[in-house]
Amino acid sequence: MNEGTPSHGRDHSPVLRALTVVAGLALLPYAWMLGQLVIGGVQQLSWSFLTEAPRHSGRAGGILPIIVSTLAILGVTLAAVVPVGLATGVVLCELSRRHAALGRAIGSSLDVLAGVPSIVFGLFGNAFFCVTLGLGFSLYAGGLTLACMALPLFVRTVDTGLRQVPEDWRRGAVALGMSRTAVFTRLLLPAAAPAVGLGVVLSTGRALAETAALVFTSGYVDRMPDSLHDSGRALSVHIYDLTMNVAGAERNACATALVLITLIGFINGLTHWLGNRLLARGIKA
Amino acid sequence: MALVSGAVLFVITAFVLREAWPALSEVGASRFLRDRAWHPTEGSFGLSPMLVGSLASSLGALLIAVPVGIAIALACHFQASERTALRCQRLLGICGGIPSVVYGYWGLTTLVPLVAENHPPGTSLLVSSLVLALMIMPTVALTSRAALARVPSAHVHGGHALGLSRDAVALRIALPGARSGVLSGIVLALARALGETMAVLMVSGNIVQVPGSVFDPVRTLAANIALEMAYAMGGHRAALYASGVVLIIIVCGLMLVAQCLTRGHHE
Repeated sequence: MNEGTPSHGRDHSPVLRALTVVAGLALLPYAWMLGQLVIGGVQQLSWSFLTEAPRHSGRAGGILPIIVSTLAILGVTLAAVVPVGLATGVVLCELSRRHAALGRAIGSSLDVLAGVPSIVFGLFGNAFFCVTLGLGFSLYAGGLTLACMALPLFVRTVDTGLRQVPEDWRRGAVALGMSRTAVFTRLLLPAAAPAVGLGVVLSTGRALAETAALVFTSGYVDRMPDSLHDSGRALSVHIYDLTMNVAGAERNACATALVLITLIGFINGLTHWLGNRLLARGIKA
Repeated sequence: MALVSGAVLFVITAFVLREAWPALSEVGASRFLRDRAWHPTEGSFGLSPMLVGSLASSLGALLIAVPVGIAIALACHFQASERTALRCQRLLGICGGIPSVVYGYWGLTTLVPLVAENHPPGTSLLVSSLVLALMIMPTVALTSRAALARVPSAHVHGGHALGLSRDAVALRIALPGARSGVLSGIVLALARALGETMAVLMVSGNIVQVPGSVFDPVRTLAANIALEMAYAMGGHRAALYASGVVLIIIVCGLMLVAQCLTRGHHE
């Protein structure tokens, strides 16, 4: 990819060199930020921090109920987004082969959806899930709102994965007289499996990073949720609340941020691994 | 089910519009722009100071993130070794995935005190632009890098064959060739900056005013919704949904521009 690097040993390129220095400097603030979070967070992090409930509005104690709420919201999100997104991805891929215009219309509406600000999803989630559907401030409402947010990303990933299925495979399946259902369950679904995995991981990352859409849907309550109808506080909302509304909880906010970033870093690694597998499969096919 | 997914955008717009309707029909859309101040409980609905706040902080962020992001893309593509470029790309991917509250937390605990030493209170337009710039720089850099990679290599090799310097190849051939891709990345980044809520809310001071300098506190449209939704009732709540409609319109417009740019590129 790096065109022009070899062969020109003595070629002077002052502008490119200056740009490289700028680029290197530009990465420093990120290192500064991550460094501070790790240093500040590690001091505070302990087993009891992960396994206790918060006390004094989060100034002391741990984040166990918050981790549980986060996972519950995530579960609701994935339970909603995987079936709907998978179906959409399959149909979108088929549509764009037959009715290109309709396929493109759905695709572009999803692209716009991907750009809608999270606070607007929060407004929508509050009006639709909390009020109209009567779910109130609950893990259900939060998870379903996030599902709407993660949908475009998931559909696009599945769609891209399915496009890598070679045309010959489909023709072969039709030539063998396989029914359309069989083509779907025996051919497309297994072929799309890594893409679905990648979509799940990407959606999880997106959902974990979200705050604004959750404040008015799943709410602020920091005790252990009894059921999915209960309100619960996600990790990101906890960081926000500790930083803005609770004086003297900065170190716990930092430690929570470290937990969240570690989770997201782990998910990022998983994305990479799945992405590479998907690529390898595409090449093999 | 695919239709359901396709319809989600319209359902969301419809619901936000429905909730905003009392405000739009009684107050009238024009007063949202003409009223000077934002006192929704006293019948004054001016969104313009917050619109200015949103635009100023986002454009400030672009001013920093665009040149630097393109510099990163050019350096990765033309100067760095393949391994370094790949690492840089992964690092940017991770930085782009860091939650906005974390950027906000860091901005509030590190940048704000730094600015406050000379220009109290510190929570300001400047810091919100800086934090936004950090958040959108990975987007600009990654989309620009991808656009540079799509420039036909024959063009680049042709430049080399003509004896052009690497600077000239990078700046005069590759960058103009990647223009539409780079631009659509910038538009996407702008959409993200305008819609960003939590990070900006934490560092911008949230005073409704047209800022006189970069050290003045501002409040953005998105932050306003997040701040007031908790206690808003009746007409006030509807007014907040109306500002949500404004955000949807702006961002949808930007996304469509970005789509046109990329489509123009492929054809």
